[in-house]
Amino acid sequence: MSVVPCYRYLTEAEVRFLNAAVERLIPSDESGAGAKEANVAYFIDQQLAGSWGVHGRCYRQGPWREGKPQQGYQSRLTPQEIYREAIREIDQHCTGRHGKVFAHLGADLQDEIIRELEAGTFEFQSIPSSLFFELLIRNTQEGFFSDPMYGGNKDKVGWRLIGFPGVPASNYDDHIDERNIPYRVEPVSILDIKNGSVELDSQGYPKHVLLKS
Amino acid sequence: MALIKQKNVDVVVVGCGVSGSILCMELAAAGLRVVNLERGRMIDGMREFSSPHAFDEFKYERHSDIFQNLSRETVTFRNSSSDAALPMREMGSFKLGEVVGGTALHWGTHSRRFLPWDFESLSKTIERYGPDALPQDCSMQDWGITYEELEPYYDQFEHLYGVGGKAGNLNGEIRPGGNPFEGARSREYPNPPAPMTYAGSIFAEATRKFGYTPHVNPVASMTESYVNPYRLMLGKCMRGGFCSSHGCANGAKANPLTAVMPVLSKHKNYELRPLCNVIRINLDSSGKCATGVNYIDARGREVEQPADLVILASYTFNNTRLLLLSGIGKPYDPIANTGVIGKNYSYQTGGKVTLFFEDKVFNPFMGGGARGVSIDDFNGDNFDHSGLGFVGGAYVAVSSSGAPPIKNTPVPPGTPGWGLEWKRAVSKYYNRNFSIRVTGGCQSHRGNYLDLDPTYKDANGLPLLRMTFDWTENERRMSSWISEKALDIAREIGASKLSASPTRGHYSIVPYQSTHNVGGVIMGADSMTSAVNKYLQSWDVSNLFVVGGSAFPQNSANPPTNTIGALACWVADAIKDQYLRRPGPLV
Repeated sequence: MSVVPCYRYLTEAEVRFLNAAVERLIPSDESGAGAKEANVAYFIDQQLAGSWGVHGRCYRQGPWREGKPQQGYQSRLTPQEIYREAIREIDQHCTGRHGKVFAHLGADLQDEIIRELEAGTFEFQSIPSSLFFELLIRNTQEGFFSDPMYGGNKDKVGWRLIGFPGVPASNYDDHIDERNIPYRVEPVSILDIKNGSVELDSQGYPKHVLLKS
Repeated sequence: MALIKQKNVDVVVVGCGVSGSILCMELAAAGLRVVNLERGRMIDGMREFSSPHAFDEFKYERHSDIFQNLSRETVTFRNSSSDAALPMREMGSFKLGEVVGGTALHWGTHSRRFLPWDFESLSKTIERYGPDALPQDCSMQDWGITYEELEPYYDQFEHLYGVGGKAGNLNGEIRPGGNPFEGARSREYPNPPAPMTYAGSIFAEATRKFGYTPHVNPVASMTESYVNPYRLMLGKCMRGGFCSSHGCANGAKANPLTAVMPVLSKHKNYELRPLCNVIRINLDSSGKCATGVNYIDARGREVEQPADLVILASYTFNNTRLLLLSGIGKPYDPIANTGVIGKNYSYQTGGKVTLFFEDKVFNPFMGGGARGVSIDDFNGDNFDHSGLGFVGGAYVAVSSSGAPPIKNTPVPPGTPGWGLEWKRAVSKYYNRNFSIRVTGGCQSHRGNYLDLDPTYKDANGLPLLRMTFDWTENERRMSSWISEKALDIAREIGASKLSASPTRGHYSIVPYQSTHNVGGVIMGADSMTSAVNKYLQSWDVSNLFVVGGSAFPQNSANPPTNTIGALACWVADAIKDQYLRRPGPLV
């Protein structure tokens, strides 16, 4: 069952930005799909539209001071606001310098801008320099590796890339004495189980299907 | 707001975690009428931690509501008293619990006892190395209790929580396969040790070449199905690998929900009130006797619960904060070096060496609890510290705890943090790496402490707790020196690439390290330098006991849960056998 990405928070222009950016962070290559094809932008949208997007379970009383890096997130802006503001400023910068928004730049120029974000040399007006990059890389990896029920990791591409089996089978103890033998199976997600596309054992755990090497 | 006044009970216990659940059970069974106030919600572990939803890394790594809702209450943090403390707005370095069962619902189940040295580390250090060996401004103290006194209670707790392991010192006799450095134990573990993992066996073999003594990590994720002394059945761990941060879908992880609550919640003398947040301990006009507590209930009403005996059994932070909010005991002042409440806040250091291989695969997603192998040759004072310039040590371990991929995708040093090169490294090494962890103790220091924040408030308008904490040179030297030993072992194993990250620089509240926060209401033999006596009874208010990691005068390298559980069992006996017969100061 495929999920049709219907964005709840991000605008179409922001989706274009994110699709381009996450493709640079985790690109597609012969080893498999990257973050764009994994629907990471959609995952980020779902997170931004939910309670995390407004830092619902985070402490949000002032006074707001930037503090030291080891004191963590201190922006008075929520993740929703940071994505919106950062993407606007980056696109404005790209248009001013290169005549095009970030999504329409070549890969080399995109990488250069991401490196500036990472190094903290890209100067935003409203947010600390590396805060957006830290959120973006964290959310991209979350979206690439979390259960597909959250909208990213489409077709479990993140799990296939590394050989993570997802929901465990109940018979791992049968493999306990195996030394240096990779356990490669068709990964199983919570979404697969809820879709009824995986056979379960009597305890309710999935039966893993071994992959031929 | 109108105050609702409840009827007086024998005991009110604040918090339903490891300590609170045991104390409630033991005191209710002794015939006392017990009310247990828990700020978190009720939880049905069987329903909530079932397959497949228990296997959701993203939820339990980042967003689960078994963790504290920081929008209502958090701590503020700074490295030193010359900085401005700022609130921990997002969960980071530690994962506080807010639920019936507490932080133990998501513990990793590594079940080491503290070393005999840990309880007398100050006097043993002076005895062996002289007073000059103590780091400057180190405020480490003896506990006022010895390992030998606590041993029967470690035994009680291990049997309650079904710990699997192999005795290394059985009544003074050193046994092969166990940890020869452990204190003498009176009985074998209630469950057998977990089987060796591939990574663990490689590590064990390499450590033997150096003459070290590897042993299987003791764990409280059941190595066999188990019936505990409360007649509760715990299922066998099937190594599904979603352990720390998660609830267990198999009920194989011992915690208050699996090991105590099913019996306790049916006890006629026991009443649990979830979603009730205690805001103050009440004192009589003498200031020496507690009359009960006030709390805000789920509907926002302030309620007074009178009780003959008050037991604080919540997390380190909350135990300390409630005493400060209630004006009990003298707050610690780091400048004058006076007072005790908030003193000696401590943590643990967590260095590691990661080994990357070209030709070995480990299936790291198959794991359970902290299954694996450790050496204790560099823990506590198990080695000669002469000339090393630090006190304390670390246990060095390889654990197979599962490897969900959001947080378990290490790459070799020099790999970029993103892009194709990163992707290829993650793809190649996810199954071809393991880490040797150097988990170290943390000696207490005059400048590391807890007090009330002057600026930031919780949702009730009460001051947040302020943490002032940084690593000291002692921890950095210790972590660096022992990491070198771990690197030697790693080189002997023969990995193709290595990365080492000992504890260095400033403590940061951002990356997850451990939920092993201790101190603030420390125990001791002297009322001038400790907040509670050896029975965890307040020196100032004799019908108040303060139980939990808050009592540790400094932190051992070993995980705290077993010692917290053993202390709860010890306090329960002290109350039953001594306090109830003759209420008043036990020391």
